[in-house]
Amino acid sequence: MSTPFYVSPQQAMADRAEYARKGIARGRSLVVLQYADGIVFVGENPSRALHKFSEIYDRIGFAAAGKYNEYENLRIGGVRYADLRGYTYDRDDVTARGLANVYAQTLGTIFSSAAEKPYEVELVVAEVGDTPEGDQIYRLPHDGSIVDEHGSVAVGGNAEQISTYLDQRHEDGMSLAEALKLAVQSLSREANGGEREIPAERLEVAILDRTRPQQRKFKRIVGRQLARLLEADGASTATEAEDPEDDE
Amino acid sequence: MDFLSEHQPEMLPGKRQLPPTQGVIEAPHGTTIVAVTFPGGVVLAGDRRATMGNVIAQRDIEKVFPADEYSAVGIAGTAGLAVEMVKLFQLELEHFEKVEGATLSLEGKANRLSTMIRSNLGMAMQGLAVVPLFAGYDVDRERGRIFSYDVTGGRSEEHGFAATGSGSVFARGAMKKLYRKDLAEAEATTLVVQALYDAADDDSATGGPDVARRIYPIVTVITEDGFRRLDDEESSGIARAILERRLEQPDGPRAALL
Repeated sequence: MSTPFYVSPQQAMADRAEYARKGIARGRSLVVLQYADGIVFVGENPSRALHKFSEIYDRIGFAAAGKYNEYENLRIGGVRYADLRGYTYDRDDVTARGLANVYAQTLGTIFSSAAEKPYEVELVVAEVGDTPEGDQIYRLPHDGSIVDEHGSVAVGGNAEQISTYLDQRHEDGMSLAEALKLAVQSLSREANGGEREIPAERLEVAILDRTRPQQRKFKRIVGRQLARLLEADGASTATEAEDPEDDE
Repeated sequence: MDFLSEHQPEMLPGKRQLPPTQGVIEAPHGTTIVAVTFPGGVVLAGDRRATMGNVIAQRDIEKVFPADEYSAVGIAGTAGLAVEMVKLFQLELEHFEKVEGATLSLEGKANRLSTMIRSNLGMAMQGLAVVPLFAGYDVDRERGRIFSYDVTGGRSEEHGFAATGSGSVFARGAMKKLYRKDLAEAEATTLVVQALYDAADDDSATGGPDVARRIYPIVTVITEDGFRRLDDEESSGIARAILERRLEQPDGPRAALL
């Protein structure tokens, strides 16, 4: 990345930030919302094999927008960090905050060093607590900062527009079906203000469910269960969302 | 495990430096672990006694652990080392699943356990051996499978039933006469407790059901629904039923001669 002319550091950094932002805006959006029993991740993803949302640890989930191979690297690094920490100390010693700090350091270093190109990724790291007050959501933009989010957050694509839509409509204590519907509605908003249909087959949905009896709270919602949740009317309870036949 | 050996090798069980020792270290060992397959799954069970020489070191030690949702490990040998190995094994399976987005095949899991036991050979030769019995439900082949290991990590698949530990000889003799291919799950769980009872009858390092203290063998079942450990109520039910009959016939159910 050598240039024949002098470029001021401010300009160089601004250029890098612009490059990363553009890259992230080109990708698809995803939303992360708190609901009564935990945290739900919803995104448009036509691929069956490549995931935007992943499990990091017992109560910690990972979501990313932007360049796939770059955030895949970060995802695997996060799983390694969490597993190593949990094994060295104890499972309870692995926290989303610790993980977010590690990601912030990594992203910050990549962004600041002139040798590499900035990562075109924006991450969300979420941890489900025993109660809604214990839930944590951290958004990590491309430059290594951390933003503590509450209630709902959107990243990638036309994230700002979706965020505004979500802020107006999100409430605490929604059921999974309600939160899922709101998420899909928000993702359906076009940049020009119109709406489009996103069928269930193009959705990737995952939850961190604090009521799960297993230690690992992360679960993907696919197939019949997803279709049922999208159909259910807003008045249904969260218990309807649990399908006893589905295993992780 | 590979990542661990690159970045923090001192965390691997086999890599810890031991001071040179004279003679055998007296560490808790001795046990019986049994496994039996039935249509639809596999049962893995273990006794609760840990001995140090002639002393009972612990009455309620746990020797059977879930490795992941569809498999379990029962361990014979040095308790401390074995538990550490199981913990690393569980981590390895979980780590693979999270990174790859898919669970390992049952053969793959059995293979990794092999490598882990092999890496412990140095300590095994100093008297600190770990010998597991690995059982799991193969979701692709839709049946339960059992793998036994020797101290070098050499693996072999067992058909029908298997046992390991100091009481395994007696347990295997009992199962030889009781096992049938078409066992129901409830019969399979009774069979393993019978086998453990017979092992405890002849091996001082294996503990039988302790009805007074309510300490029963750990009995686990793995089917397409996943891993399940029988709770105290279920285990005690089986143990009591067996004990009642043994009051009449102390040597257990009588098999036909031909």
